[in-house]
Amino acid sequence: MNVGLFIPCYVDQFYPQVGIATLRLLESLGVRVVFPMEQTCCGQPMANSGFQRLSAGCDKNFIRNFANCDVVVGPSGSCVLHLKEHLHSDDQPEEAARLRNNVYELCEFLTDVLKVEQLPKARFPYRVGLHTSCHGQRGLRLSSMSERMEPKFSKPEQLLRLVDGLDLIQLSHPDECCGFGGTFCVFEEALSSKMGKDRVYDHVQHGAEVITGGDMSCLMQLEGVLHRQKSSVRVMHIAEILTAGN
Amino acid sequence: MDTASPRHAKAAEAFLRDEENADWHNETLWFVRSKRDRAAQSLPEWEDLREQASQIKLHSLSKLDDYLIQLEENARQNGVIVHWAANADEHNRIVLDIMRKHKATKIVKSKSMLTEECHLNPYLIKEGIEVIDTDLGERIIQLRNEPPSHIVMPAIHLKKRHIGDLFHLHLGTDAGADDPQYLTEAARIHLRQKFLLADVAITGVNFAIAETGGFVVCTNEGNADLGAHLAKVHIACMGIEKVIPKAEHLGVFLRLLARSATGQATTTYSSHFRKPAPGQEMHLVLVDNGRTRQLASPDFRNSLKCIRCGACMNTCPVYRRSGGHSYHTAVAGPIGSILAPNIDMKEYADLPFASTLCGSCTNVCPVKIDIHQQLYKWRQVLGEAGAVEPTKKIGMTGMDVLFSHPRLYRFAGRAGRWFMQKFPSLANKSSLNPWAIHRDMPKPPAQSFRDWYAQQNQKDNG
Repeated sequence: MNVGLFIPCYVDQFYPQVGIATLRLLESLGVRVVFPMEQTCCGQPMANSGFQRLSAGCDKNFIRNFANCDVVVGPSGSCVLHLKEHLHSDDQPEEAARLRNNVYELCEFLTDVLKVEQLPKARFPYRVGLHTSCHGQRGLRLSSMSERMEPKFSKPEQLLRLVDGLDLIQLSHPDECCGFGGTFCVFEEALSSKMGKDRVYDHVQHGAEVITGGDMSCLMQLEGVLHRQKSSVRVMHIAEILTAGN
Repeated sequence: MDTASPRHAKAAEAFLRDEENADWHNETLWFVRSKRDRAAQSLPEWEDLREQASQIKLHSLSKLDDYLIQLEENARQNGVIVHWAANADEHNRIVLDIMRKHKATKIVKSKSMLTEECHLNPYLIKEGIEVIDTDLGERIIQLRNEPPSHIVMPAIHLKKRHIGDLFHLHLGTDAGADDPQYLTEAARIHLRQKFLLADVAITGVNFAIAETGGFVVCTNEGNADLGAHLAKVHIACMGIEKVIPKAEHLGVFLRLLARSATGQATTTYSSHFRKPAPGQEMHLVLVDNGRTRQLASPDFRNSLKCIRCGACMNTCPVYRRSGGHSYHTAVAGPIGSILAPNIDMKEYADLPFASTLCGSCTNVCPVKIDIHQQLYKWRQVLGEAGAVEPTKKIGMTGMDVLFSHPRLYRFAGRAGRWFMQKFPSLANKSSLNPWAIHRDMPKPPAQSFRDWYAQQNQKDNG
């Protein structure tokens, strides 16, 4: 299986350690991974702002980069969901459709494709709060949703439970949005910040030392609030925790 | 097309300035959402009920013309006078004509979001008619000269002390009194007089049944019943999407409606109206006001399934923290943000953006409207129509160029990180960067992932 590593633009630029952890995690599980160097962005910022039409160049670049990959894996539920729902090409409709059906968020790739049942080296002796990102949870169905009457499950939680020493805390609002929302964070600044503050409060109240999740964009929002509050609570992408102690 | 100003963002900012009040509003609505969860959990067949309701609505909408005609015929046979209104103006005129015919000057009205949508109250008041809203919450905001902030709980944005002050001013209750029992009794005495003197009662319609020609009105206070039974004339106003085929379908909706709205097993009064009582007159006004346009659009048709339970508002993290008035439309919240641009695209262009697209609204919706998907779709329609802020369009065009050209992207990334490292105070200056008003920017790393990866490859190969 030829696995293409998709590192979203903001992770590439601001959180290279998340890309590195993702790559190492996959390699440690025996997956051969390639990183196409000319990849950029999934196109979500334009599309969510009402300019899906303007993401054609982005889509074309994505398809060009990952055309040789059987599957694409990325450490971001939001970007993966966007690709799954909207990757489009007038010139190569079949290739776009193939990629749409073969792009995975990191956690679901680990639980559903690789069927990972143990991570023997992973050790992280901290109290951890899991921020369940909306697009991963509700869009990709990575976990059950509090609004729906359905059996409980969570793919990220399933993985975190494999980490030695990790103490997963319970939250009052397990699946409330963090308020990042792409360009929402700028155009609705006041609301977005308030949502971020409230989200952080829930984690801090329940004793989190580290907040983790599958979307660095949500974590960037929470990190921004924590820094401003001069809090000692850190954010870490789930890939960093799953490779901690290695 | 001119672009709309981001009214929602500004109103939300103003609402959040009183953070304590915003927190209280958030928690109050979350309490209702939690009650809804418990009520839904009590029915093992909840998800099946949602599916059934969604299918019945889809079917009704696909044959809306047939069912409306059937409704009209059966209602007429029952002795109900049926009217058709293409828009809000026609609806308002029909109501006024009925008033004039009866030389009536006093109306008691039960809660109806349709009449709110049509701005019936100000229209009738201008014509010299006294219109009294009889739903307690609705009466409160009427005395405050405000629109409802929520479709089920119109005065949910107000606290007991606000009501106390208001009633002291208008109903002569003791100054500073905020005991709910005392205030409710004062409202009851006040409204009782209005009920007794009214010439005409107006009610909304929750469900109209094509098969029987009857309709159902749900209230928790019994005010619709009291009004309709006491007045000589009963006018029921409904959007054309409220029709369902058969009486047997009612059970599905009545079980979902109250649980989704307030977490009750059923509304206190689900009153069935079929024909006028002897000596009385009953009217049914069927209103389009943009609904057939919505029906004609495959992308937005689903929104007509809405049964106005308000669950999407209670769950919406944006609505909870910005209040209903920030949506500047009769129906606020996620569902309102889909419905409003259909009525006036320019006026409501900001609303589909007043969401993080978290999808919680879609999940709570008892008739399975794909609310957040429709919000996304509206954004595309508004973007195409040039109805979004010019700065956004310029920014997005720039991003398109950047992300379509990998070398330019790499260069810009490097330059951006260099800039942030050299001039951190500029990057964190809130006048230049709205992100930095309440949050810090991430610390830029020396190297991007891409640069690291290239270096690794070089090491491995060299």
